[in-house]
Amino acid sequence: MNRTSLIMLAASGALASLPAAADADLKALRAEIAQMRQAYEQRINALEKRLAQTEGQAQAAQTTADRAARAPVTASAFNPEISLILQGQYAHRKDIAERHISGFVAGGHAHGGGGRGFSLDHTELVFAASIDPYSRGFVNLAAAPEGGLEVEEAWFQTTGLGRGFNIKGGRFLSGIGYINEKHPHAWDFADQNLMYTALFGEHLIQDGVQVKWLAPTETFLEFGLEAARGQNFPGSKEGGNKNGAGTWATFARIGGDVGASNSWRAGLNYLTARPKDREAHREDTGGVEADTKFTGKSNAWIADFVWKWAPLGNVKEQNFTFSGEVFRRNENGNLACADVPGGAASLCTGGLSDAYRSKQSGFYAQGVYQFMPRWRAGYRYDRLDSGSVSFGANPLAHEDYRPTKHTLMTDYSPSEFSRFRLQFARDKSMLGITDNQMTLQYIHSLGAHGAHRF
Amino acid sequence: MKKLLAVLLSLGALIAAPAHAALNVLACEPEWAALTQELTGGKANVTSATTAMQDPHRIEARPALLAQARRADLVVCSGADLEIGWLPLLQRESGNAKIQPGQPGYFEAAAFVRLIEKPAVLDRALGDIHAAGNPHFFLDPRNLLKVSDALAKRLADIDPPNAAHYVARHKDFSARMQAAIARWEKEAAPLTGVPVVVQHKNWSYLADWLGLKVVADLEPKPGVDPSAAYLGQLLDKLKTQPAKMVLRAAYQSPKASEWIAERAGMKAVMLPYTVGGSGKAQDLFSLFDDTLARLKEAAR
Repeated sequence: MNRTSLIMLAASGALASLPAAADADLKALRAEIAQMRQAYEQRINALEKRLAQTEGQAQAAQTTADRAARAPVTASAFNPEISLILQGQYAHRKDIAERHISGFVAGGHAHGGGGRGFSLDHTELVFAASIDPYSRGFVNLAAAPEGGLEVEEAWFQTTGLGRGFNIKGGRFLSGIGYINEKHPHAWDFADQNLMYTALFGEHLIQDGVQVKWLAPTETFLEFGLEAARGQNFPGSKEGGNKNGAGTWATFARIGGDVGASNSWRAGLNYLTARPKDREAHREDTGGVEADTKFTGKSNAWIADFVWKWAPLGNVKEQNFTFSGEVFRRNENGNLACADVPGGAASLCTGGLSDAYRSKQSGFYAQGVYQFMPRWRAGYRYDRLDSGSVSFGANPLAHEDYRPTKHTLMTDYSPSEFSRFRLQFARDKSMLGITDNQMTLQYIHSLGAHGAHRF
Repeated sequence: MKKLLAVLLSLGALIAAPAHAALNVLACEPEWAALTQELTGGKANVTSATTAMQDPHRIEARPALLAQARRADLVVCSGADLEIGWLPLLQRESGNAKIQPGQPGYFEAAAFVRLIEKPAVLDRALGDIHAAGNPHFFLDPRNLLKVSDALAKRLADIDPPNAAHYVARHKDFSARMQAAIARWEKEAAPLTGVPVVVQHKNWSYLADWLGLKVVADLEPKPGVDPSAAYLGQLLDKLKTQPAKMVLRAAYQSPKASEWIAERAGMKAVMLPYTVGGSGKAQDLFSLFDDTLARLKEAAR
C-alpha cells in the first residue's frame, strides 16, 4: 500500500509542477496513473494473499514437524514406562523373636517392616506399557527382605473392551477392600494396619482373573469378581492345587461427590477361600507349640469407606482423608494337629484331628490431614477381636484377646516424588506386651510414575 | 458365585442398552468445556472434570470422574502431559473403549498447536517439567481458533448427523473470536513490554501474545514451591530489575505473590486463568475481557 501512495505522491507532484497543459494530455496522464495504481494494487493484493498462504503453510508444516518430532523414531521408543520405588526405614522397637497378633494365626504375604534398626523396607521395580490397542501389561517386582526379587504383580488388563468392562489376568493385588490395591509406597502410614495383617499378612495377592464392570450411571457404581488359585493366606498352597478356583472374591462399590469439596466411596466385599492343609503353629492347652493343618472354608466380609475433603476440590494447599474398613471372618472345617517336627512333645503327639470353627472380626479407622503444602499428619486406630474359636476335641488353646494399636505419623514431601515420614505407634497386638515403636521412613519414586488411585 | 456373575452381566446389559440422545462430552478443563459448548450449542451434554479453582496438575481420579468417563462419547483435554496424573487412570478404569488414546473419542488439543518451552533436558532435578512443552496454550486465544477448527471436525466425525451444525457453529465462533482478538490486541497495546513476575509458567502463552515481559518466576523450578530464601533472592533481583505486577491464577494460593508484591512495590494480580476463575469470566470471551481488564488496571 505504501508503495502505491508514494507513486501517487510523486505523480501528483509532477502534475502540480506542470504548467497548464493540454486537457487531453492531462486526461491521458490521469488515466495512465489510475491504470498503474490499479495494476500495483492488484499485484500487492496477490502478493499479500501469497504471503498469508505461505505463513499458514509454514505454521501447518511446523505443527506437523512438531508432531513428527514427538513420534517414536527408534525401536527403543517402544520400551515400557519404568519406575523404581526406593523405600527404606529406621525402626526402633522391642526385640520380639516371633511377632504375631495374639488370637490370630499368622500367614500370608508380607514384606519386611518387622525388623529393627536400618532396613531396606520395600523397593519396587515397575514396568508398564500398552501391549497393543486392546490391552496393557504391568509388572511389579519387589525386593524381598530375605534377598532376591519376588513377582508382586504381573498382569494384563483390557483397555478396548468397552461397555464398562475390564478384564485383568495374571497376578494382581485383589480389588477387595480399599487399601488392598495400594502398594506400600502409597500407604499413609509406615506399616500396614492390623486388620489387613490379620486377614492377609499384608495384602491379598491373587493369581487368576478379575472382571470388573462400571455401570453407566451418574453415581459411580462398580462391580467386580475374581477367581484365583488361592495359594495365599487365607487359602493355602495345597488348596490352590486343584482344577477350578481356590479363592473367589467379589466386590461392589458406590461413590460420588458432595459439592465441589467432598468425594467419597463405599464398598462391600466378600472373599471365600478353600484352604487345604493350611499350616499354622498353635499352642496346646499346656502351652507347648503344636503344628496344625486346617482344611475347610474361610469366608470374609469386608466393608470399606473413604471420605476425602479439599477446599473447592483443590488438594494443593489443604486436604483431609478419612478411611476405615471393618471385617468379619468365619472359618469352618477340620483341624489336624501334631508335634512340631523336631520340637517338644505336645498334647497332639501322634496326631489328632477334629472340627474347627472360628468367628473373628476387627476394624481400622484413620484420618490424614495435609495442613499446609508438603506437610501431613495422621492418626490410625486398629482394633481386632479374636472372637470365638472352637477346636472340638483337639487339646488346643485359644488366646482370647482384643489387639489394639494407636499410630501417629507426620510426613514431609519435598516434591511429588519424595516423602519422609516419622511415625510413632503404641502396639498392643500381642497379649501382655506394649511395644512403643518409632519409625523413620523415606519413599522415593524414580522414572515414569503413573497416576495414583483414589 | 456363578449366579451372581450372571445377574451382574444381565444387569449390565440392561443398563447399557438405552441409546443416547445427545453426545456426552467430558472436558478435562473448563476452557475445553466452554469451547465444546460453543461448538455444540445444546447438541451435547458437556461437563468439565475440573473447575477453575483446582490445579489441573493435581486432580484425583475420583469415583465421580470415573462415572463421567464411563459415559463419555468424547473426552476433550489439553494433553501434553498436563493430565498425566489422573487421565490415564480414568481412561483405563472406565472400561470405555471410545475414549482410549488413539480413538476418535479422545481429543488432545495440544496436537493442533505449537507448544513452547520444550525442555532440552529431561531431568526431575529441573522440577515438574512437561516433556512435550508448556501445556497452558489456550491463554493465547489464537490457539483457540486452531483447536476449535480441529474439534469441530472431530465432533463431525463422531456425530455425523450434526456435522453441518458443528461446522456452522465453528464458523460463527471463529468469526466472533477473530473479531474479539483484534479488539483485545488493540486494547492491550499499553501492556506491551510491561515487566511482570509470574507464579507458575502457566502465563507464558498469554505473555507471548500480549508482549508482557516475564522477568521472574516465583517458582524456582516448575511445580516447586518457593522457599523463603528463594523469595529473598528474588526480591534482590527485583530491586535492580523492577516489575509492575505479579500474576497468579485463581486456583493458586495468594500468599507468595502477596508477600513479594508488598515488599517489591508491585501489584499482586489474580487472573481467572480459565472460565469460572472469576465472577466475570463465564465463557471464553469474558475470560479474556476480564483478564485484560485486570491487567490494564494493574498496569495503570
